[in-house]
Amino acid sequence: MNWTETLHTSWAAVRSHSLRSLLTVLGILIGIAAVILTVGLGLGTQKDVSSQISSLGSNLLIVSPGSSTDSSGLRGGFGTGATLTTADAEALGSSVNAPDIAGVAAEKSTSLSLEAGDANWTTTVTGTTPSWLDVRSRELLAGEFIDDDDQVSAASVVVLGSETATELFGTTNVVGRSVTVDGRSFEVIGVLASAGSDSSSNLDDVAIVPLSTAASQLVGGAGGDTVSTIYLKAASDDQLSAAYQEAQSVLLNLHGISNSDSADFTISSQDALVDTATSIYRTLTVLLTGIAALSLLVGGIGVMNIMLVSVTERTREIGLRKALGAPPWAIRRQFLVEAAILGLSGGLLGAVLGIGAAFALPGVIGSSIVVSPAAVGLSIAVAIGIGLVFGVYPATRAARLAPIDALRSE
Amino acid sequence: MAERASDLVVSSTAPEHASGPVIQLSAARKLYRSGTIEFEALRGVDLAITEGEYVAIMGPSGSGKSTLMNVLGCLDTLTSGSYRLAGDDVDDLDEAELAAIRNERIGFVFQQFNLLPSLPAWRNVELPLIYGRVPAAERRERAQRALDRVGLADRYDNRPGELSGGQQQRVAVARALVGEPTLILADEPTGNLDSVSTEDVLGLFDELHELGRTIVLITHESEVAERARRVVRVRDGLLLPGHAEMAEEVRA
Repeated sequence: MNWTETLHTSWAAVRSHSLRSLLTVLGILIGIAAVILTVGLGLGTQKDVSSQISSLGSNLLIVSPGSSTDSSGLRGGFGTGATLTTADAEALGSSVNAPDIAGVAAEKSTSLSLEAGDANWTTTVTGTTPSWLDVRSRELLAGEFIDDDDQVSAASVVVLGSETATELFGTTNVVGRSVTVDGRSFEVIGVLASAGSDSSSNLDDVAIVPLSTAASQLVGGAGGDTVSTIYLKAASDDQLSAAYQEAQSVLLNLHGISNSDSADFTISSQDALVDTATSIYRTLTVLLTGIAALSLLVGGIGVMNIMLVSVTERTREIGLRKALGAPPWAIRRQFLVEAAILGLSGGLLGAVLGIGAAFALPGVIGSSIVVSPAAVGLSIAVAIGIGLVFGVYPATRAARLAPIDALRSE
Repeated sequence: MAERASDLVVSSTAPEHASGPVIQLSAARKLYRSGTIEFEALRGVDLAITEGEYVAIMGPSGSGKSTLMNVLGCLDTLTSGSYRLAGDDVDDLDEAELAAIRNERIGFVFQQFNLLPSLPAWRNVELPLIYGRVPAAERRERAQRALDRVGLADRYDNRPGELSGGQQQRVAVARALVGEPTLILADEPTGNLDSVSTEDVLGLFDELHELGRTIVLITHESEVAERARRVVRVRDGLLLPGHAEMAEEVRA
């Protein structure tokens, strides 16, 4: 009996009980769909994280101030202190002290209400330097960014994020119009191109003003020189850790701290962000992998069960085939192929379901799922393998049936 | 029909098996064991059947005739003694080798027809050829030729459920013929048929006998046995001595 005949016969057997076959492969179907979604979610997470990283600016290091301690001894946590100043930013920008740092942008941020005509909108107003655009890897949609002259003259100019512009004016075509910030009138000189959002903030809802303007006119409080964050751009990916070391030593020096454990600032990189994102999805992955493994096991047992039923039902047929000259291996192969077809059907249907879900789910759960052809192919192969493995016992039982007993059965 | 029949005659007389008996059973014993109970179904049977013979094996149930049939059909092996089929010893063959022997040399006809209900008639008939590794086109042609031979030229594509009992048994006979075996072994072939269909099938056996086929028919009905040229009677695992040769004129 050749392969074509075997396939034909086995396929006919599967099809003659199509509902039963479908129910049998349900476990495999769910398992394979879960495998495809698990892999897809993992790849999707990677994609999300890497796009987040590029939206934040690649090779980025973030320097935050240390904690503050108020008069009653209450400590405010990282970033609440006022330990970073514009002097720190200037020192970090020195190519002698920190040759691996390609760009420095200090930020001084506060939340303020902006008004334009009747509309008002509260957003993060950030004072920074002209280098910000390059360090944060942002682009302008229209107009221009703040320049050194604005910086020197503490000009009342503002660059708006695209969403901020839309909220205030209903359009992003707003260069030359004016907004009132904290009672002062600012001229809009540019609009930022959209960059999406990172894990903590909406990158398109911002208002950028010169650092000097922010210090002298908007953000009072803790001294004019303090900044809330300094962004550093390493010259390349490879130089990120060198840049980290340099920033660390420059700031420790400047702040007169000898022990890095008692630093009054923290430097973080994108790795931390990756770790956070990965750990969020790891739970989901473990859950889906569990479902997949259990479904595949249950599915395999289902295949074995139904194959045993099939062998029992077709005992006479097996006896007849043996009487007509089928050697044991031909019977075994016929039932193995039947089990493999069940596995394959489950795999294919599971792949369809998994791919369908990969397109439908991102809208619901808000993270992207990438369908990997390799994962689909491999999981279908696994489904066939499960059919084969769980088909061995029934097929062997069929092959071992004595023809006379088999022929006599009712 | 006549030309086709003569084709079958020519090819059925395989030259390499021309000499000696088709079946040579010597001191055949078969012992069944079930727990501590032993049962000797065959207790030393000697039987020779030569080519072209039409033999009926008769006996009541429990006489050992089914065991004899299974042994002759290479479906079961002897406990002791020897069985030569067409000159070859089949006693020490393994299951796969026995399957090959059955495939090449024996055409079975069963009481229950044993047709696969999901397959059309010609697909049922081609089954032995599938296991004999005959190419598909040739299988189809030979299956249809065998169906022509049993008078079912217009029933190639009918499934067993669409055929009468007599027609189903004729499909089964076609299946037994298609591989051009040395021996046609029929186990109660008319046991499930009405008298008209019985006559139909027995007539077919008569024709096949006329064409030189070796036929062994197991039955417990004497009217059926009377159609054969020789009747072998089995009782208690032994052949009855002096089994009668049927007179030529008994045949209808």
